[in-house]
Amino acid sequence: MQAREIAAALHAEPLHIWNEHLLTKDYTAAFATDLMSDALAMIQTSPEDTVLITGLCNSQVLRTAEMLDIELIIFVRGKMLGEEAMEIAREMGFNIYRTDYTMYTACGILYSLGLRGING
Amino acid sequence: MASLLHKEYEVVRDDYSRAGKVSSDIKRTLSAVGISPAVLRRIAVASYESEINMIIHAWGGKIMLDVMEDGTIQIVFKDPGPGIADLEKALTPGWSTASEKARNMGFGAGMGLPNIKRVSDEFDIQSSEAGTTLTLGFREKT
Ligand SMILES: Nc1ncnc2c1ncn2[C@@H]1O[C@H](COP(=O)(O)OP(=O)(O)O)[C@@H](O)[C@H]1O
Ligand SMILES: [Mg+2]
Repeated sequence: MQAREIAAALHAEPLHIWNEHLLTKDYTAAFATDLMSDALAMIQTSPEDTVLITGLCNSQVLRTAEMLDIELIIFVRGKMLGEEAMEIAREMGFNIYRTDYTMYTACGILYSLGLRGING
Repeated sequence: MASLLHKEYEVVRDDYSRAGKVSSDIKRTLSAVGISPAVLRRIAVASYESEINMIIHAWGGKIMLDVMEDGTIQIVFKDPGPGIADLEKALTPGWSTASEKARNMGFGAGMGLPNIKRVSDEFDIQSSEAGTTLTLGFREKT
């Protein structure tokens, strides 16, 4: 599923677009968690093709994505990143969106459109 | 064996705003010397979990990075305490003594050490009341 299709399905608002070219890139899986250790342990194959969906809104999410080479992050429940975290976001290569949907609903919408979890 | 590249970093206890900066620098440093993305990712994940542990569980400490002559990458995480009373428990998935503050940061699931061990090629942990030293080794798979 393309990044722009994901954003449209979630009525998501871009917080930071690093690379316009990636908006038409196909993402093959998604992983949703508020626990960064889970993301660090579970996302083992092709993180660059995996979308990270989270309700945790701080710089540790960005650091986690940086370590894993994740490019696309969606914040749920309409959360905002603080100024400090936004500064880190601008330094690093991410496309970041926020949606008003809750975690469950956001995941349900994407799953119903064919975006599967990391284990198929 | 001689080290081709050596770097040292200080990590400050409870400094949540800078947590991950060292691992970020390690990743960038190793990327610049040509370590492959797959190995780089294992190193970054292990380094970040270890750095976070020093900040949330220990009183800060030192991180030392070495790239050896034979291409092996060694990272040592050395903190001055309080140490880990029961290493076996600490290595059990899900076991955690993390504070509320650490949990709010997205850590404290008790998955750090087991994951660090899984992604590293060499893993050694020594701990006493005088501190914890975690030594990790990584190499390109041939
Ligand atoms: N450097 C350290 N100093 C003291 N205790 C530590 C250190 N690293 C880990 N621990 C202990 O080991 C436990 C397990 O660590 P870990 O697997 O990383 O899980 P978590 O950090 O989520 O609690 C921690 O909760 C803590 O009690
Ligand atoms: Mg930990």
